Amino acid sequence: MSDKVKGTTIATGDAPATAREPSRKERAWEENTLRPTLEKSPERQTEFTTISGYPIRRLYTPADLPGWDPHRDLGFPGEPPYTRGIHSTMHRGRLWTMRQFAGFGTAEDTNERFRYLLAQGQTGLSTAFDLPTLMGYDSDHPLSEGEVGKCGVAISSLADMEVLFDKIPLASVTTSMTINSPAAVIWAMYLAVAEKQGADWRKLSGTLQNDILKEYIAQKEYIYPPEPSMRLVIDTFEFAARNTPKFNPISISGYHIREAGSTAIQELAFTLRDGMEYVEYGIRRGLDVDQFVPQLSFFFNAHNDFFEEIAKYRAARRIWQKAMVERYRAKNPRTWALRFHTQTAGCSLTAQQPYNNVVRTAIQALAAVLGGTQSLHTNSLDEAWALPTEFAATIALRTQQIIAHETGVTNTVDPLGGSYFVEALTNEVERGAQDYIEKIDAMGGMVAAIERSYPQREIAEASYKYQVAVDKKEKIIVGVNDYVAREKPLDILQIDETVAHRQAERLAKLRADRSKAEVDRRLKALRKAAQGQDNLMPYLFDAVKAYATVGEVCDALREVFGTYEEVAIT
Amino acid sequence: MPEKKIRVLIAKPGLDGHDRGAKIIARALRDAGMEVIYTGLRQTPEMIASAAVQEDVDVIGLSILSGAHNTICPQLMNLLRKKGMQDVTVLVGGIIPEADIPAMKQSGIAEIFLPGTSTQDIVAFIHKRLAR
Repeated sequence: MSDKVKGTTIATGDAPATAREPSRKERAWEENTLRPTLEKSPERQTEFTTISGYPIRRLYTPADLPGWDPHRDLGFPGEPPYTRGIHSTMHRGRLWTMRQFAGFGTAEDTNERFRYLLAQGQTGLSTAFDLPTLMGYDSDHPLSEGEVGKCGVAISSLADMEVLFDKIPLASVTTSMTINSPAAVIWAMYLAVAEKQGADWRKLSGTLQNDILKEYIAQKEYIYPPEPSMRLVIDTFEFAARNTPKFNPISISGYHIREAGSTAIQELAFTLRDGMEYVEYGIRRGLDVDQFVPQLSFFFNAHNDFFEEIAKYRAARRIWQKAMVERYRAKNPRTWALRFHTQTAGCSLTAQQPYNNVVRTAIQALAAVLGGTQSLHTNSLDEAWALPTEFAATIALRTQQIIAHETGVTNTVDPLGGSYFVEALTNEVERGAQDYIEKIDAMGGMVAAIERSYPQREIAEASYKYQVAVDKKEKIIVGVNDYVAREKPLDILQIDETVAHRQAERLAKLRADRSKAEVDRRLKALRKAAQGQDNLMPYLFDAVKAYATVGEVCDALREVFGTYEEVAIT
Repeated sequence: MPEKKIRVLIAKPGLDGHDRGAKIIARALRDAGMEVIYTGLRQTPEMIASAAVQEDVDVIGLSILSGAHNTICPQLMNLLRKKGMQDVTVLVGGIIPEADIPAMKQSGIAEIFLPGTSTQDIVAFIHKRLAR
């Protein structure tokens, strides 16, 4: 019996992908030290896996890095393949931007929160819009009922946008806007506010999420079919390359893919393949890779599995660098360097014992920092229940400040570089992502893959598998399926229906005060342009400046482009 | 004769597209032997009530994460009453502040499942409820 136990115990726990050839000394250790230990006390589990279900070995040694060349595979920070980071001094030179996502209620409510966060030492803004805005409906549309100002700030027109950024100098504060289908419309409003403030567009810095592909894949906030949606995205790339060289017109997002239940490898693969799809559409438009790609940014999730996440960020940079050089023959180092924002995993937060979320978030944020992030959002402890209170949002920001100033992890660049485990995992995550990328290439690209529901199905499968593991307690979530304790409810932020009423009144006044004829004229011009090939940004800019609303502009495009319905898979 | 399968409509009302939970529940109930119809995204209360009548379901499961439950749920419960479907078991899963739960139950919603609920608990609840 003991032979059998010994055999299986040693064999499992080995990641299958690598054919290892342990050194003589390692084999001697297995025989003389490991085997007697396992005979006396077997390990806690027969298999150890990451939160994504990826098998992890007991011990990593040089045998796990066959053919690994530190100069080729690791390199130096600020140089290809950027495994160690995209800047030579990383966080010694400049800390990441502490960018807390915020938005709720009316533009006044959110403007107040923005100014509070800046006063607390936050270094950039990030705007959350409510569901009607994200779906291109005005606050007084029938489908907006019950949703106004709930998941973010309600923005229906330039008038709301002017209030949102009141007394915030857009020339000096970088702003991120999380919006996708109507991204070009909201960006036009942002540019209009900047113009009114007298800010030079060429100096404006910030990020538009504008990643429609991951909407079809994961978050499902789409309006139009893929082709016209991609046209709008490329219109923003082209406009940004010409007019706002420091603004990122897109944040290619793995965050939502992961939240939808993907594994780390799927998050990485689908996000990077989305990125390549945008690059290819840009090239087809006639844009120069080395001019527009440096303006594309990325956005990843920071989930609970510490080393898997760090490996993911490191692999991301390496895959992107190779793809830019090999697939697109890019010459500009700024094209090769993948810049990314990170948000800690909202889906990892528990409604139970919510104060534990502070700890989860801190560990996730640490992974993002060690993985070389350029900016970071840390979730608040109460976000499994509602948008954060000011109290909870402050702790989340303080978490970043503690990592930055107290832990010492910023003192050196890529402190985990050279770890057998981290390097081997980085290689394996890279290989796993490359396999997916090749599959999607073979399908004809990401739009084609989405139309076949391929990434959607892969994610649904992974998400169900994880739920089953949690239900069976194969994966423990503290406070949820183990260590359960009852506690009293938190004080949470509640958004009442007065927000919707205030918005409806404001819209009624706006519609009465503006020139209807002018709005109609500009919307007509937009519709006509949408039927042709012109870049739509100038038309959108004209329309929003006449105070055409988000709903009106999106409706004009709905008339031309039609709308998208997905095939629901379960 | 085989026992009649429990028929469940899983619906995602409102503008929100976060369907991870709805899809997991649909699949878990199907794996537990139930007949599951998933409506897909962005269903109005009218669409859900009509689908419930048409599909003659025993259970409606709503997934709501957006904070719109206080608008959506009363509208749906009224429509179900008007259509003579008051016997259907309505369940809500998602992000529901604890303070809102008593009023929702008062309106006839059988149970509210908060984040972290195991799928087995939901299966067990449906079996127990329909056995009455």
